[in-house]
Amino acid sequence: MTGADTGIATDPLAATRFEEPWHAQVFALTVALSEAGRFTWPEWTEAFGATLARHGKDRALDGGEDYFHAWLETLEALLARLGLAEPAVVEALRDAWEAAYLATPHGQPVHLKD
Amino acid sequence: MPHDSHDHDHGAHALLPPDPALRVRALETLLARKGFVDPAAMDAILDFYENRIGPRIGATVVARAWTDPDFRAALREDSTAALAAEGLLGRQGEHMVVVENTPEVHNVVVCTLCSCYPWPLLGIPPSWYKSDAYRARVVREPRKVLSEFGLTLPEAQSVRVWDSTAEIRYLVLPMRPEGTEGLGAEALADWVTRNAMIGTGLPERPQ
Repeated sequence: MTGADTGIATDPLAATRFEEPWHAQVFALTVALSEAGRFTWPEWTEAFGATLARHGKDRALDGGEDYFHAWLETLEALLARLGLAEPAVVEALRDAWEAAYLATPHGQPVHLKD
Repeated sequence: MPHDSHDHDHGAHALLPPDPALRVRALETLLARKGFVDPAAMDAILDFYENRIGPRIGATVVARAWTDPDFRAALREDSTAALAAEGLLGRQGEHMVVVENTPEVHNVVVCTLCSCYPWPLLGIPPSWYKSDAYRARVVREPRKVLSEFGLTLPEAQSVRVWDSTAEIRYLVLPMRPEGTEGLGAEALADWVTRNAMIGTGLPERPQ
């Protein structure tokens, strides 16, 4: 359990980093929405805890990638429930972003077509 | 972010981020369009969590508590107020409780619900803090879990496990190690490890 943490062997005060850019993005998005008053942090932790408990029934979560998958799933469901982000619209935008990446030459910034 | 992956098999187009990254991007786009979230606020939050906070801040608090009796008394009296006076409170208005180790009691912090953590003092939690293995087991068999961290406590010292919530976060104030007499707060901070402030470790002589 202890060795999984990169950096602690060399620096016991090393800050933990987000492992993937999207982990950081989904975290920041959630905090921003809460700070903007769209939901309270206790509302968030309750929903997130329920997802973690459900996912953890079948196998033990390791707190890495699986943790952020549960985070994203919770955020999508919470925003759908609050009527802030409709699943069909989100899905269409996801596909639009994918198409934009596939249509953009390598090395150029990717923009969503309006 | 076109450079999320290093898979160059797809030829000339921008590198396709993994599915969850696209879903996050979609949420962000929609919520920004609706005016529910401000991209600049997201950037500020990322900067705060990635660059401005981390366990060194907690270590400074611990070292000061070891050297400044008034500050230690203030932490005991009302941790939230004492930390607020230093500008060290969280962004979500949570209460902070500093729990003090003694020869009789060793404190350990967990969040059994999800991963509540004293962010402003310790930064982003490590993976093991978020794992089912730690969250479930440290409550049930704390001594065994602590031994897996290389920490064996005297039988006479009881172990108290604190379960964090969205509203209350805990920081362990470890005992000041022997052999540090005469050191100032700055030198002492180097002895304080992140794990010592969670309770899964003890202060260590700096390398």
